[in-house]
Amino acid sequence: MADNHKRAGRLDEATRTETVGHEWDGIEELNTPLPRWWLWTFYACIVFAIGYCIAYPAWPMLARGTEGMLGWTSRGELDKEMKQAADARARTVAALADMPIEELARHPELMRAAVAGGAAAFRINCVQCHGVGAAGFKGFPNLNDDDWLWGGDLKAIETTLIHGIRQPGDAATRQSAMPAFGADGLLPPEQIEQVADHVLSLSGKSRPSTAGARVFADNCAVCHGPAGQGSRQFGAPDLTDPIWLDGGSRAEVIAQITRPHMGVMPAWAGRLDPVTIRMLAAYVHSLGGGEEAPAAMPASAPPAVPAP
Amino acid sequence: MDQSTASGSTRASLYARHEPVFNRRIDGKFRRIKWAVMALCLIVYWVTPWLRWDRGSYAPDQAVLIDLAHRRFYMFGIEIWPHEFYFVAGLLIMAGIGLFLVTSAVGRAWCGYACPQTVWTDLFQHVDRLIDGDRNARMRLHKAPWGPAKIARRLVKWSIYLVISFATGGAWIFYFADAPTLQHAFWTGTADPVAYATVAVLTATTFVLGGFLREQVCIYMCPWPRIQTTMLDEKSLIVTYKDWRGEPRASVKKAQKAPDLYGDCIDCAQCVAVCPTGIDIREGAQVGCITCALCIDACDRVMKEVGRPRGLIDYATLEDAEAEQAGHAPTRHRKLIWRPRTLVYVGAWAGIGFALLFLLGARVHTDLTVSKDRNPPYILLSDGSVRNAYTLRLRNMQGRPRRMEIALDGLAGAEMWADDSRRAAAGRRIVRTVPADATYPLRIYVVAPQATSGQDFVFRLRALGEPDEMDTAEVRFDTPQEATP
Repeated sequence: MADNHKRAGRLDEATRTETVGHEWDGIEELNTPLPRWWLWTFYACIVFAIGYCIAYPAWPMLARGTEGMLGWTSRGELDKEMKQAADARARTVAALADMPIEELARHPELMRAAVAGGAAAFRINCVQCHGVGAAGFKGFPNLNDDDWLWGGDLKAIETTLIHGIRQPGDAATRQSAMPAFGADGLLPPEQIEQVADHVLSLSGKSRPSTAGARVFADNCAVCHGPAGQGSRQFGAPDLTDPIWLDGGSRAEVIAQITRPHMGVMPAWAGRLDPVTIRMLAAYVHSLGGGEEAPAAMPASAPPAVPAP
Repeated sequence: MDQSTASGSTRASLYARHEPVFNRRIDGKFRRIKWAVMALCLIVYWVTPWLRWDRGSYAPDQAVLIDLAHRRFYMFGIEIWPHEFYFVAGLLIMAGIGLFLVTSAVGRAWCGYACPQTVWTDLFQHVDRLIDGDRNARMRLHKAPWGPAKIARRLVKWSIYLVISFATGGAWIFYFADAPTLQHAFWTGTADPVAYATVAVLTATTFVLGGFLREQVCIYMCPWPRIQTTMLDEKSLIVTYKDWRGEPRASVKKAQKAPDLYGDCIDCAQCVAVCPTGIDIREGAQVGCITCALCIDACDRVMKEVGRPRGLIDYATLEDAEAEQAGHAPTRHRKLIWRPRTLVYVGAWAGIGFALLFLLGARVHTDLTVSKDRNPPYILLSDGSVRNAYTLRLRNMQGRPRRMEIALDGLAGAEMWADDSRRAAAGRRIVRTVPADATYPLRIYVVAPQATSGQDFVFRLRALGEPDEMDTAEVRFDTPQEATP
């Protein structure tokens, strides 16, 4: 290595090119000049980079980066795109805002737009409790089925969405409370077991219990109806069908009678704009269990579910 | 610079300067074939998009149309949908095998006659001849210093290049949209920017590749000559200079003095002068030879003039060459085609072709695909029955609206309804009118009685009143019962 520089600039005879002057075990490196096209491309890149730094945001400074002369920002780009999207939706949104939801069914185009918009809003606001497929979980209703606690027509769903369920401070919220028959000592444990047997017998999951039926008539029929078919006025579940919000095993039914779990849903008015709520209602209604608007029926009368 | 070093190596350069080619005009058998193929190729290229083909009021009436925007490929009576793209893939494979076949039967005929680079280079070289004169005039002009006359000639020539290039690049876009409409939009400045960009790019490439790079493309840029080099064998037709007959070369005068000493080649270099890639075929087969056979025309003419037999340069195989050298008769060219290798190619090529034709004849214009909702897999309804949801896609691949019926096959007791209907209207059949040339999505709810267990069943689609137009899709019906299979 000591004599590295002795041979600097030696002309390689085979190629007529200077070597760089280093030598390792007899291996030398040619000092081949950069191809001209490469060099000019390189210079052009530098010029371009300078222009770019002047025109566009480029250098990070202490507080914020340089802004560039064109005033371009990626946020600005996003705003522009969002505005374009909003403009494109404006007509549909205006039409949805003006139309009472009951009439939506008569406008298939608008209904499709509402369902699509509702599907997007659902994925942001609702999936946390109801799940991505809107199939719910234990204690959180499945929105695909035809079993509705508070009504399954467009208007009823929209009302539920606007006012929420058991939302404090909203006078029109869906409100009901089942007494904690066990925890508050309203019924002794054996009567709770009897009434649980009776409730399960309504959907054929247990043998009838005469004692339970008596307890049911005295304590439960007020809300759930004499046959246990439930009531949408109080949001009282239908006990005769195979759908159990809080579980349908004997232990789960007993637990529910002893210390009821009562779900809540926020009132979405104020959180979401009215059009989005309308779209959500249309989406939930479209999931397969949506009902026709009742022809001026009182909300308390349970529809089509046959009594056992 | 070529001074030798101690090790004997000289200055080696991998760079070869571009030697401009000024090929002389020649007429002859192969030149006429070349004219014919060139005319055919250009006419096909320029005329095809303007052919009309009536498909009724629901589909475009352009005979050949690659409609990327609507994802359809029209070719006369055939309409290909994206999911049938294997037809196009099959055609491409046939084109590939076809090239192999042509190469093994007649050598680099593609390169010499039909390749777009050859066709357009030929066209541009004729423009050169038209503007600047034949070989010698062009060479003089090339060497002449730049002056008003030379600049004027060059400007005229390049303008014609540009017009041809623009016509070439411009015609391309008509394959992808309705030609008359697009042409109008193009000239009025209302066409899609993509159209202008495509024309600009293709005009530029034609101008550069056809006007200036020419044989450089064949020699340096194109992979095909390299591939062909590996495909040629001793039975492939190549343009051969029969050196055993031609060498040693001598002028006519010299040969007259001592006829026994010299071969037939009079060293007139006409074969070099007419070559569009500027090679000397007498050096033997080489990558630069595109086997256009113009040197055969040139040599035949010279041989006729000096009263010697034709074919000093000729299409011949290596085997022929050896046979001829040994004094045997060469194989007839027609016989060359029927050998195992070409027959295998013919078999593969025709096999794929017949398979495609069969598929084309047997294909139905009705198609059903089904995707099942998996979240949730099933829904328990309040009467105890189980509901599954499916998204069906009904394809009507004909240019008219058709009535189609979907029916349930299997899944006893089940009924279905579409999401634009009600459960009250459920049944085992649904009839819908599917718009012309369209995919019609339909969301279907299938409800089965309480005790139904998870099982497969079939959706049957058939076009009403068309016996063979049907399709089926087997799907799963999920129920709570199968939670533990």
